[in-house]
Amino acid sequence: MNMKKIIKPVLSILLALLVGAIVIAVVGENPLDIYRSMLVGAFGSKSAVAGTLVKTTTMIFVGLSYGFAYKCGLVNIGIEGQLYMGGLLSALAAIYVELPAPIHIPLCLIAGFAGGAIWGAIAGWLKNRFNASEMITTVMMNYIATYFVAFMVNGPIKEKDGTYPQSERILDSARFPTLVPGTQLTIGILIAIIAVVLYIIYWKKTAGGFEMSVVGSSERVAAYAGIPVKRMIITSMLISGGLGGLAGAAEVLGVQFKIMDGLSSGYGFDGIAVSLLGNNSGIGIMLSSLLFGALRYGGNAIQMFTSLPIAVIYILQALVILFVVVDVFRMERRK
Amino acid sequence: MADMLELRNISKLYGRNYANKNISLTVKSGEVHCLLGENGAGKSTLMNVLYGLTKPDSGEIFIDGSEVSILSPRDAIRYGIGMVHQHFMLIPAMTVVDNIILSMDESSGLILNQKKIAKRIREIAGKYGFEVDPFMKVSDLSVGQQQRVEIIKAIYHDCRLLILDEPTAVLTPRETEELYAIIERFRKENKSVIFISHKLHEVMHVSDVISVLRNGECIATLNKEETDEASLAACMVGKEVSFTVEKEKAHPGEAVLEVSGLSTKGKKGNLAVDDLSLTVHSGEIYGVAGVDGNGQAELIETITGLVKSESGKVRILGHDMTNRTPGEILDQGISHIPADRQSTGILMHESLEKNLTLYDYRNPEYRKGIFMDWKKAKKQAEDMVEKYGVKTPGLSLNIEYLSGGNQQKAVVARELEKKPELLIAAHPTRGVDIGAIEFIHGEIVKARDQGCAVLLISTELDEIMALSDRIGVIYDGRIIGEMDREEATVEKIGMLMAGMEENERKAV
Ligand SMILES: Nc1ncnc2c1ncn2[C@@H]1O[C@H](COP(=O)(O)OP(=O)(O)OP(=O)(O)O)[C@@H](O)[C@H]1O
Ligand SMILES: [Mg+2]
Repeated sequence: MNMKKIIKPVLSILLALLVGAIVIAVVGENPLDIYRSMLVGAFGSKSAVAGTLVKTTTMIFVGLSYGFAYKCGLVNIGIEGQLYMGGLLSALAAIYVELPAPIHIPLCLIAGFAGGAIWGAIAGWLKNRFNASEMITTVMMNYIATYFVAFMVNGPIKEKDGTYPQSERILDSARFPTLVPGTQLTIGILIAIIAVVLYIIYWKKTAGGFEMSVVGSSERVAAYAGIPVKRMIITSMLISGGLGGLAGAAEVLGVQFKIMDGLSSGYGFDGIAVSLLGNNSGIGIMLSSLLFGALRYGGNAIQMFTSLPIAVIYILQALVILFVVVDVFRMERRK
Repeated sequence: MADMLELRNISKLYGRNYANKNISLTVKSGEVHCLLGENGAGKSTLMNVLYGLTKPDSGEIFIDGSEVSILSPRDAIRYGIGMVHQHFMLIPAMTVVDNIILSMDESSGLILNQKKIAKRIREIAGKYGFEVDPFMKVSDLSVGQQQRVEIIKAIYHDCRLLILDEPTAVLTPRETEELYAIIERFRKENKSVIFISHKLHEVMHVSDVISVLRNGECIATLNKEETDEASLAACMVGKEVSFTVEKEKAHPGEAVLEVSGLSTKGKKGNLAVDDLSLTVHSGEIYGVAGVDGNGQAELIETITGLVKSESGKVRILGHDMTNRTPGEILDQGISHIPADRQSTGILMHESLEKNLTLYDYRNPEYRKGIFMDWKKAKKQAEDMVEKYGVKTPGLSLNIEYLSGGNQQKAVVARELEKKPELLIAAHPTRGVDIGAIEFIHGEIVKARDQGCAVLLISTELDEIMALSDRIGVIYDGRIIGEMDREEATVEKIGMLMAGMEENERKAV
């Protein structure tokens, strides 16, 4: 049973790399060279590793976000929007509130969590109140969030003396301290790991996690067992959204140091892939975040040093997911 | 002539336990062959092997004397085998026709003629003496009707051997009679039936030959003439079984459950429960007799808070619990053995342990603040498995892999071990073997003697008569007659179940 859980994603990754190699060959490059330079790009130097871990940080938050809702039987496609709202609120707190760093950073994190949480909870409420599928509402709310942020950085919070649609830089007291001097790596990765630990504890050890997981397995049985299904749904969307918001906060406080139009390049959707590959488990999400972080960061290197388009990286990501989802090895069938 | 079917030395191992061990069996044309055995004896497994759903570890299957390999239900259908599963395999959201189409081979052509298929369905139904609307959604059919769709599916594919896995567990007495007629018709057409049941009188009624399985082995094959119910029971369980429930006279205390003037809407918008009143006292078993579909399900769901009532009151232990949340109602000390265990009572794809500890999150004994004491919960789950004889290789096995009867035992164990003030038990022994029925009945009586109020809902008159201290008959959403057990007779209740009220009966 447990072996299967590990073998399946690993085989999916290998198979994706194999098919990816064919794609690369078709485009006219040597797959081995490309994979080698990706590996070097992702792990070849201190700064490469740091860059990969920075991407991993964001991946962990979005992966946890998707997994948290999924375990309660919900499909949160709105992580992108939650990320933007979280990013916006944390940026506001980081730019306009003056505090010493030990208080300022937690405050900005809370603001980021709250921004995403509100956005997620609205979808939960709509589901409870009007039976509106969260799959649809969250997608719609992505648009609202991204355009709202675009509006904000083009007007109300646009930097005073600049031409780009972006906010002022955040105050130094709100910036994540660097972990390894001379690299981009900040305490963001530590916060992400803490989130993973809390995620594991919640689902494995707490009564709330148990209740929520029963709702995820069957709402009918949950109601029968006295579990307040609606409350669980809204709570789950709230926390899932909050985790998405933290991804935005981590980008603002640890990577961009401001908020702008293109804060996320589709990270919200990567969350689905990360969580799926990691089987929604804390450890699984952490490992697959590392993989996707490496793909993203190593992908940059390819783009810089070869003629291969970045699209190849997306194809690789998509292939991994495809092989996980279609269960090529028929592991679930016929006992 | 060769036998229609011969199974030779079929074995199937799950982990370290044999579900089937060297089972050999022959079925002749025109023979009704019963399989008998305790829960988990391996009956369903053997039939799944025959139907191509389970791959045996060893053994051969012969049809009309020649060896065949059945690797999927498609193969089985091709050899003329049809199966009605213990848990139906229809897709509820689809119509009858669509479900039949789903079961067809690709080779039946790309273009499907729904009308033609519907006509054929009507023909088959007509021939076997029942009615089915091919364009009804399966979810709108009663359980008995759904079963007939399964049978039609088998006949549609020209089956010569029909496997019925516990077909009567969910049927009303009348539907059971109708099923007998279908079986009889099969026999006349020189077709064969394999029939699985825990009810010995049924087995003695329909079968020609009876095979008894115990712990995965076939320990006896008998002709009906050379045996009787008592010796079958003894053979199956390995010891004498008592068929009567031993209980003292009840000493009812104060009212625990008071339902007054309760009305609840059903699925179709009509009043499924209609101005219904009843009272259950502590220390008594109140049996609700009635044909399935007369509001029993809605009554239970309203009492337990799963659906809201239109009007009327539900009081539990003196507190008004009308339309409160299921959680609040559970906290009054209520246990509920649901009628449809698979969709309401258990999480099919979760472990036995999780299913047995479903309520521990509410119980301070198993919590330390927000954290669960899973160690303690597991210990409790182990005790339940032991005490109720749930046959399983371990607690971590998904409950879907337990035999049907053992799933039921798990639900009963969980509900009774809560030591409730009020037990609502719908068909508590559905699908469990006679030994386990004896045990579960004993436990329910024990709970009563400790002061628990029991609301028993059952379509089995035998069970109502054996357990109840007071009996109410439900018809069309109301209790139309109520009596003490001493006054009750099968005839009297039967009349009421058919909807004849007391005064009408006197007039007759
Ligand atoms: N997939 C599986 N994995 C592990 N064990 C299994 C699996 N399927 C069945 N078993 C075990 O095989 C045994 C036989 O089960 P089976 O369903 O054949 O019993 P049965 O005779 O039909 O019982 P019942 O009368 O309760 O329906 C049981 O102990 C069951 O737990
Ligand atoms: Mg069975």
